[in-house]
Amino acid sequence: MKFVFEKRKSTSVPALILVPLISFAVSLVLTALLLAIFGADPFKTYAAMAVGAFGTSHGFAETLVKAIPLMMTGLGVAIAFRLKFWNIGAEGQLTLGGVAAAGVALFMERYFPGRSLLFAALFGGLLAGALWAGIPAILKTTLKVDETLVTLMMNYIAILYSEFLYYGPWRDPKGYGFPGSRMFSANAWLPRIMGRAHVGIWVGIALAIILWLVLKRTRWGFELQIIGASQKAARYQGIAVERNIILAVMLSGALCGLAGAFEITGISHRLQQGLSIGYGYTAIIVAWMSQLNPLAVPFVAIALAGLSVGGDQVQMVMGLPAAMGVVMQGLILFPMLAGSLFTEYRFLVVKPEPRAACPEPSQE
Amino acid sequence: MSETVIPKVEMRGISKSFPGVLANDCVDLMLHRSEVLALLGENGAGKSTLMNVLCGLYRPDKGEIYINGSYADIHSPRDAQKYGIGMVHQNFKLVDSMSVLENIILGLKDEPFIPDFKRVRQRLVDLAAQYHLKVDPNANIWQLSVGEQQRVEILKLLYRNAEILILDEPTAVLTPQESHELSRVVHAMKQEGKSAVFITHKMEEVMEFSDRVMVLRKGKVVAEARTADTTPKELARMMVGREVLFQIEKKPFCPGEVVLELSNIDALGDRGLLALNNVSFQLRAGEILGIAGVAGNGQRELAEVVTGLRRSTKGALRIGNKDMTNKSPLEIIRQGVAHIPQDRSSVGAVGDLSVASNLAMKQYRSRPLAAGIFLLPKRIVDLARALIEKFHIATPSPQTQVKFLSGGNVQKTILAREIGAARTVMVAVYPSRGLDVGATETVRRQLINQRDGGLGVLFFSEDLDELLQVSDRIAVLFEGRIMGIFDADKADIEQIGMLMAGMSKEATA
Repeated sequence: MKFVFEKRKSTSVPALILVPLISFAVSLVLTALLLAIFGADPFKTYAAMAVGAFGTSHGFAETLVKAIPLMMTGLGVAIAFRLKFWNIGAEGQLTLGGVAAAGVALFMERYFPGRSLLFAALFGGLLAGALWAGIPAILKTTLKVDETLVTLMMNYIAILYSEFLYYGPWRDPKGYGFPGSRMFSANAWLPRIMGRAHVGIWVGIALAIILWLVLKRTRWGFELQIIGASQKAARYQGIAVERNIILAVMLSGALCGLAGAFEITGISHRLQQGLSIGYGYTAIIVAWMSQLNPLAVPFVAIALAGLSVGGDQVQMVMGLPAAMGVVMQGLILFPMLAGSLFTEYRFLVVKPEPRAACPEPSQE
Repeated sequence: MSETVIPKVEMRGISKSFPGVLANDCVDLMLHRSEVLALLGENGAGKSTLMNVLCGLYRPDKGEIYINGSYADIHSPRDAQKYGIGMVHQNFKLVDSMSVLENIILGLKDEPFIPDFKRVRQRLVDLAAQYHLKVDPNANIWQLSVGEQQRVEILKLLYRNAEILILDEPTAVLTPQESHELSRVVHAMKQEGKSAVFITHKMEEVMEFSDRVMVLRKGKVVAEARTADTTPKELARMMVGREVLFQIEKKPFCPGEVVLELSNIDALGDRGLLALNNVSFQLRAGEILGIAGVAGNGQRELAEVVTGLRRSTKGALRIGNKDMTNKSPLEIIRQGVAHIPQDRSSVGAVGDLSVASNLAMKQYRSRPLAAGIFLLPKRIVDLARALIEKFHIATPSPQTQVKFLSGGNVQKTILAREIGAARTVMVAVYPSRGLDVGATETVRRQLINQRDGGLGVLFFSEDLDELLQVSDRIAVLFEGRIMGIFDADKADIEQIGMLMAGMSKEATA
């Protein structure tokens, strides 16, 4: 008797629904064990989390605040990953997008009167993200430089550059030594819809739908699909593989850059510490959990944001150690990620076949 | 067993089948001490399968192996190693980023947790000297030439006291000089009482290396002889086989204008060596030009140059009456050139995409499948349904991923798509390889239909019967050169076999 994992021949719809539910149940049980060890009532804790993240208008708004950048960077990462371009530079692209948006909003007001300043700032962020992502894309397609390292290292460059700016030349002279630029004109502020949550949520959802349409319904999307599945096949079909990879990765960077621009124009209204707090890395989890499907990204982003906000609530309401929230997030993600194995594979128990005896003796 | 001497290896009644193929059919093999046995046969004749059984990679469905007269139960390469059997595979199993010494040490069972590098190195150096296998123990594998890497593989086996060495087409990757060095190494091993099985399909090497030769065809042993008692010509005939030709109806040959012309084309292979050497020929409308040759003699490179996937370093390519030298694949597709590639699963078709997507891959750029930048999914599915019916592609639905189709149906999918895109030239590389009889017939029939419809067809095959049956003319490719072009109805199969094995025209006369 032996146990094997066999790749599923087709996507099983029941598995697609059941596996996440079961995984989630396993998460809850595991977390409950942990909570019990710390003497907290698991049910109360879960209730506190749910209420904290979704039950109050303040909590829900904060969940959205976190969901917007996760959504944007998640979409960006998903696009690049579909091409098997491992862009783990979303954090840097987001940071530089924020820097560019702040730069435009702070220093180019006289060129962009009135509300046009906001659009200029957003466009600046988008462009910065695209160009920043374009560098590893060009290095990869022309010199075959591994994109994982380049995108990762470029994050540090972008983050340190942003620090240099708000600790140095852009620092607000009236800021009492607080590291950050001055606040820019309200013309460049993104309208808010609820608490600190801004219209970026609508943009994110719209972009998810547009991206899905581009991928599924356009010639370019079809080409990207072929490239992602097999570059050799794409080349054989006459598709310009390198050019398309560069374009798609720049699109990925543009989405991340826009995420940064949203953070600056929608939340902080200045360039300051707290722009690069890891959204670009969580985006990788968002993209994977969405199975690189743009339509799933908003849901996953909101769920993960809720988990994070709810986790923070647990610390305050239940008086648990600060690290507990993070541990819980991890415990909940783990079974979810492990469970995805069962949507792609099925588990079989195989009984050994009896060996057939040789009926015909070899003729000598 | 009439032999008085106990053979070193005896394989009895080995059968091994893979889905759809009987790779070995009750094969018997014997190998004596200090003997080199050449295993000769066309691609797919079952040579590698048989040797993979011996070295423990495959379990035979039937049959037994005896080593030095006693039954050997070989379940894994590790078991085989215990019996002194070792194999040098076509693609080497070395760790590129490690040194020669480290590669030798990897997997050594008797070494302590921290290996005694000094002792291993000393023994390695001694062995290298003894067998003329010059190699620097400190060099990293990636720095070595292919020939040197092969030496490391052989040293690895010798270090593990292998008595029976299996060399799978060892000269395929070597320069002539390196081949001669290898011949010295094999000779030295023989002197030490070691035995070797040498897989090849080149006659000259059989003559140069072996004491005895065994010819496999379609999984069966068709001949066995002492090398000294046979001739290359005889071997060529045994390897290729003489079977009654099964005629396919086709219109009389009446070629039209030249649709494809290569003049003095040179091109490099993936390893940067010359893969096409001064290739020139013309292909006319309404003609099938068959390219005969053993795989790896420039076929893939030739097909890729014609379809724009590989740059030529010299010479000119004309399609229709336009110069298309080193134009992009898309520009060549736009000239109406279709291509059934050698590698179906990763180049010709995309396994993760649906049958419908695969069928649309050449025509998605324009009407009726697209409107502006948008695709029209309904029309794509309609086209797919029509092609699935016309070409009898067995698939549960147009949405099924191609990876779940059988090889024959994958090939029909590619064929259906490429025929739709072909207007001047069809390049078909081993289109019937590995297909069952029915699918093979479909493929051949369709190629002939294309020819009858006025296309030029460049048809690559390793099966001489098939080439003779389908082609109007046959060109023989050997080591990147065209050795000769014959009219199919007047061709001499033996002569073609000799040319395929690199014997020049003079030698065959």
